Amino acid sequence: MKICVLVKEVPDAAVEKRMDESSKRLDRSGEKNLNPFDTHAIEAAMQIREGGAVDVEEIVAVTMGPESAVRALHKAVSLGADRSVHLTDDALAGSDVVATGYALAQVLKSENPDLVLLGQQSDDGECYTIGAVVADHLQMPSLTQVIKIDVNEGSLRCERQAEYGYDTVDVQLPAVISVGDAINEPRYPSLKAIMGAKKKPLDTKAAGDVEIDTSKVGQDGSKTAVLAINPPPEKAGGEIIEDEDTDETVEKIVAWLDERKLLA
Amino acid sequence: MSGILTYALHYEGEFNKNSLGAVSEAAKLASELGQEAHAVVVGDDVTEELAAKLGNYGASKVYYASAPVGIAQPVVDVMAKLIQDHGYSYALFGGGLLGFEIGAGLAARLGGGVTMEVTAVKVQDGKLVAERPILQDSAIVDVDYAGEPGVIIGRLNAFEIAESGGSAEVEKVDVELSEFSTRATVVQRGEQRGADVNIEDADLLVGGGRGLGKAEGFKLAEDLADALGGAVAATRAVVDAGWYPYAAQIGQTGKTVAPKLYLAVGISGAIQHKVGMQNSENIVAINKDPNAPIFEFSDLGVVGDLNKIVPKLTEAIKAKKGS
Amino acid sequence: MSIAPIEYPPPVNSSEEFVSPPVDPEDERIEVGVAIVGGGPAGLACAIRLMQLLEDEPQLAESLGEVPVALIEKGKTPGSHLLSGGIMRPTAFQRLFPDMDESEWPTFGPVEKERVYLMAGKNRAIPLPTPPPFRNHGNHVVSVAQLGRFLSGKAEEAGVYVLPESAGYKLLVEDGKVRGVRTGDKGRGRDGEELSNFEPGSDVIAKATVLAEGTQGHLTGAAIRYFDLSKGGDPPQWELGVKEVWEVPKPLDRVVHTMGWPLRPSAKYREFGGSFIYPMGEDKVSIGFVVGLDYRDATFSCHDVLQELKTSKLVQGILEGGKRVGWGAKTIPSGGYWAMPDRLWAPGLCIAGDGASMVNVPQLKGIHYAMHAGMFAAEAIFEGLKKDSTDDLSSYEDKVRSSEIETDMYRSRNMRQPFNKGFFVGGLIANFMEASGGRFPGGHWKTHDDAGVDVFIGKRNKKYPKPDGKLTFDKLSSVFASGNATRDDAPNHIRIQKNVPLGLATMWENMCPAQVYAVPDEVKDRIAQNGGVDETELVDLQITPSNCVQCGAITAKGGRLTPPEGGDGPNYQQT
Repeated sequence: MKICVLVKEVPDAAVEKRMDESSKRLDRSGEKNLNPFDTHAIEAAMQIREGGAVDVEEIVAVTMGPESAVRALHKAVSLGADRSVHLTDDALAGSDVVATGYALAQVLKSENPDLVLLGQQSDDGECYTIGAVVADHLQMPSLTQVIKIDVNEGSLRCERQAEYGYDTVDVQLPAVISVGDAINEPRYPSLKAIMGAKKKPLDTKAAGDVEIDTSKVGQDGSKTAVLAINPPPEKAGGEIIEDEDTDETVEKIVAWLDERKLLA
Repeated sequence: MSGILTYALHYEGEFNKNSLGAVSEAAKLASELGQEAHAVVVGDDVTEELAAKLGNYGASKVYYASAPVGIAQPVVDVMAKLIQDHGYSYALFGGGLLGFEIGAGLAARLGGGVTMEVTAVKVQDGKLVAERPILQDSAIVDVDYAGEPGVIIGRLNAFEIAESGGSAEVEKVDVELSEFSTRATVVQRGEQRGADVNIEDADLLVGGGRGLGKAEGFKLAEDLADALGGAVAATRAVVDAGWYPYAAQIGQTGKTVAPKLYLAVGISGAIQHKVGMQNSENIVAINKDPNAPIFEFSDLGVVGDLNKIVPKLTEAIKAKKGS
Repeated sequence: MSIAPIEYPPPVNSSEEFVSPPVDPEDERIEVGVAIVGGGPAGLACAIRLMQLLEDEPQLAESLGEVPVALIEKGKTPGSHLLSGGIMRPTAFQRLFPDMDESEWPTFGPVEKERVYLMAGKNRAIPLPTPPPFRNHGNHVVSVAQLGRFLSGKAEEAGVYVLPESAGYKLLVEDGKVRGVRTGDKGRGRDGEELSNFEPGSDVIAKATVLAEGTQGHLTGAAIRYFDLSKGGDPPQWELGVKEVWEVPKPLDRVVHTMGWPLRPSAKYREFGGSFIYPMGEDKVSIGFVVGLDYRDATFSCHDVLQELKTSKLVQGILEGGKRVGWGAKTIPSGGYWAMPDRLWAPGLCIAGDGASMVNVPQLKGIHYAMHAGMFAAEAIFEGLKKDSTDDLSSYEDKVRSSEIETDMYRSRNMRQPFNKGFFVGGLIANFMEASGGRFPGGHWKTHDDAGVDVFIGKRNKKYPKPDGKLTFDKLSSVFASGNATRDDAPNHIRIQKNVPLGLATMWENMCPAQVYAVPDEVKDRIAQNGGVDETELVDLQITPSNCVQCGAITAKGGRLTPPEGGDGPNYQQT
C-alpha cells in the first residue's frame, strides 16, 4: 500500500494571527510550524504500517506552499514519512480551499496513492473540508472527522465523530480520510530521525509539472473572494445577579435556563 | 441561473434542526432576491410526506432521491445534477458534519466557491455575501462568489427556524450515482457513547474550579450535572491538585468544548481555561468574587457563595424537570 | 525570626544526577564533531564561527563526519527562550559577520538619544545626566528572541545541525573528560511514568562540548560542581527581569532607564534595580523592570512592580493608546567578575556566556560578551581538533582572560555589591568606582548568595495595582502571552522542598512571575479572617509547573530548575 499524507505549514500558535488589510489574506510573515492536526495524520499512517495488517511500501508527505513549507516536510519526515513532495509556484498563491484542493489532487494523481490521509482542519484556514474537495477530484470516497481506522486488504473500517453520535463506515480503497485529533497520540521524533530528515528525498514540483490549469488556482482562479474584514460583533455584556436571597436567585437562574430550553 | 437549493438532513424520520434553519434562511434570502428557494432530501427511506414537511419552512419545491444515507458523496451526485439541470445560483447547508462534506464536494464538482462556518448571509447588489468568523473568532470576513454556484455552509445554530405555513411541490428524482460514491457504506449510524466517555460530546457541562474548595466539593458539581442531564468538566488547577481526573480538563492544553450550556462553578475564568470553552452557546458562572474574569464573558453571572446556591439550584432543577 | 531559603535546600545533587558516562549502547549513540548546548548568542556565534573556520579546512571538516556541529536547543526554536532588554554593543556581531552591512543587521538600529530618570515618586521623574555606564552611543537596540532566530538561520545556512525541542539533560563524562551530552526524554506523565508515545533521549557524543545555556545553566551548574571550577570564587548573584513588548502609536525616540521608585531605598529592604524602556523601531517599545534577587520583603513581586511602574505619568505617556503584544521573564547573572567560575574549561568542555556569569551589570551588557566567548570557544576547539586533541582547552580560557570580557568585568567588579547598603550609599560608592575606573575602592568586595538573604513578610503587595487587562495585567494572562502552552500532565521539572515556612512560600509565590508557586488557599483564607501572620509556620507549597517560563529565579532562591521536556515553556517572539 502507498500512503500519501497531506501536510500544511501554518502560523505557530504563539504568533498573534492577523489579516493583512491590503491583500485581505492571512499575514504569514511570522513563525510557522507543521499544522498540529497533520501530526495525527502522519501518526495514523505510521500505525497502519506498524500494525502489520497490510504492507505499507511508502509513506509520502505532500504539501503545497511557499519555500518555507519545506520545514513542515522535514518535520513530517522526522515523524516517519519516507520522502516528501513540495508543490510550490507563484501561480498558486492566494488559492481558496477549492483551488487548493484541486492543486493537491493534481499532485496526488502523479503519485497514485492507495490511501490519502490528512488532518481534519488547519489552524489558519479553519475550513475543515479540504479532504472532501481532494476526494472529489480524485474520484475517491472520502470521510472526515475519523477517529479510528482498521485496515483489511483493500478496505478500511472507520469510526467517525459526527454531531449526532458515532458512525462506523466501511470504505473501499483508494480513499481520502481526514482524521480528528482524538485518533491517536502522535509520537515524538527521535533525535536521529530529526537529524536524518534533511537527507530524505524531497521533490519540488511547479504547477506545470503536475498539469495544473493555472486559471483554476491562485487569487484570480479562486471562486470566493474576501470583500472585507471586520471586528467581531460586540458580545453583549452578560447579566449579573448578586445573591442575597438564595431562593430568589435560584428561581431566576432556573427561569433563565428554561427560557433557553436548556432544561428540556 | 437563479434560485437557492438547500440540503435537508433527516435522521429517523425527523429533520435536523440546523437543516430546518437553513431551509428557512433560504426562503428569506430568496424572497429578498426575488428568486425561488427549493430543497432536496436524500436517503433510502424518504417519503413524499416527509419531503412535503419542508414546505412549512419556506421551500416552494422539494426534490427527493433514493441513495445510501449518512454518506456525503451520493448527495453531491444528486445536488450536482439538480443544479446543472435547473440552474440554481446558490446551495445552502445548515451546520454539521455532512453539510461540510457535501458542500465542499459539491463546490469541487461544479467548480464553484464555498464558504463554511457562515454565521450570517446578506444580500448585496442582487447577490449573496456570506459572513464567517476567522482566526478563532477574532475577526469576521465578508466573502462573495465569482461565478456559480456559490456554496454556503452555515455554522451550527447560525440560521433561525421560521415556519411559513406554506406548502411545497414534491418531486422524486432518479440520479445515477458516481461509481466512487458507493464505495463507502455505513455499518452503524449515530451510536451514542455517553458523555462520560468524552466530555466533548456533552450538550450540557458543569465546570468545577478551585472555588469548590476541596476534592469533595466536586460532589456539588456532579449532583448539579446529574440534575441537568449533563457531564462534569474541570479546570487545570483542580486537576493539578488531584481533585478530578485529567480526562475532564478543559482549557488551553486540555479539551476544547462548545456545549449548549457551560455552567461554571467556582471558576475564575483565567484565559488558559477560557480558550477551551469560550464558544459555548450559553455560559453561566457562579463565583463569590465579583471581579472574577469569568464575569466578563459569561451570559449570566451569579455573584455568591456556591455552597449555598448550587445545592438549591440542583433541587430546583430536579423539581422543574420532574414537573 | 529569620528565614532564609538556604536553610531549605532543594532535593538535588546535580553533579551526581546530571553527570554520568554515556548511557546508550555504542551503536545507538549519535556521533557529532562538536556539540553545543544552547541556541542563544553564545552558542550560535560559536556554531557559526566553527563552520567559518572549518570551511578553510575541508579535510578536517570531513573527518568530523556527517554532523560537524550540532546545536541543541530546548525551546521550540532558537529564540523561543531568549529574553533581554536589550542593547547590544555591535563589536562581536561585526567580528562574526565582517562583510555584513550595518543596514542588514537584525536590530532596531543604533541608539540615538538616551535619558536616565530618578523616579522620586510615581509622578516625579527627575532627569539625570547620563552616568557613564549607561552611555549607549553606537550600540544597537535588539530583540534577542529575533536575534536568535536570525543567527539560527545563518547557522543552518552554514551547515550547522540545529536541533530544537531538545533539552540537554545530562553531561556525559568518562575518564575525567567530557564526551558529550544526553538529551532529555519526551512523553513522560505527571509522575514520571512512560506514556504511550514515550521517546527516550539520546546520547550525543562529541569531540568537544560547549555549554552555552544562558542564565542558570542546568548542565553548567552540574559541570561547575563536578569539575570544581569555582574553587575560590564568590557565589553568583542574580537579578530578575520581567519585560513586556508593546505596540504604540507614538514612536519613542530615546532609550530610557529609570532608578528609584517603585523601589524602596532603605537598606532594610535591599531593593536594587530599575527599569528600561527601549524603542523597537517606529511602532513598538519594550519595557522591563529588573530587581536584584537579594531583596528581603517576601511580598515583593517584580511582575507587579512592573505593572505599578506603568501607572506612572512618564510611562503612561509612552504607552498611551498602545497594546501589549508580548511578555516574558528571565534572570540576569549579576555577580560579575568575582562570581565567574575560576576556570571556564575542563577536558573536552568550554563554558561560554551568561552561564559563566559574563554579564556587566552596571552597563547592562552581556550579549556581545556571550558572542565573543562563543567565538573564542570555537577558535580554541578548532585548534584542538587540528591537533586531534581536545583534552586541553585552556587556550579558550586564555583568550577570554586576555579580552575585553576580562577587562570590562574587572573594572566593574565591585560596583554591584555596595548596593546592599541601600540605594544612596550604594549609588555614591558606585559613582566613585566609575569615576576612578574601578580603582577606588579597590580590592575584592565579596558577593553573597541570594538564597542566604533572610526574608520577612512585609506589606509591599498592598500597593500593587489591580490588573485592568489594558495597561496592567495579571500573571496568568501574561504567561499566556508568552506563548507558553506546556502540557499539564508533564512531570514536575522543579526541585524544591514542599513543606516550608510560610515566609518562604510567600516569597516564592510573589517572586515567580509565572505564578508557579502558591501558599495554599486554606492558609490565605485563615489569615484573611484571623490576621496573625507567622512566617515560621510550616505550609505545603502548591506548585503548577506547567506555568513555568524557565526564568531561573527559583534556582537563585532555594529551588533548582531543571529543563522540562524539549519544546516546553515560552515561545518568545519579540522579547
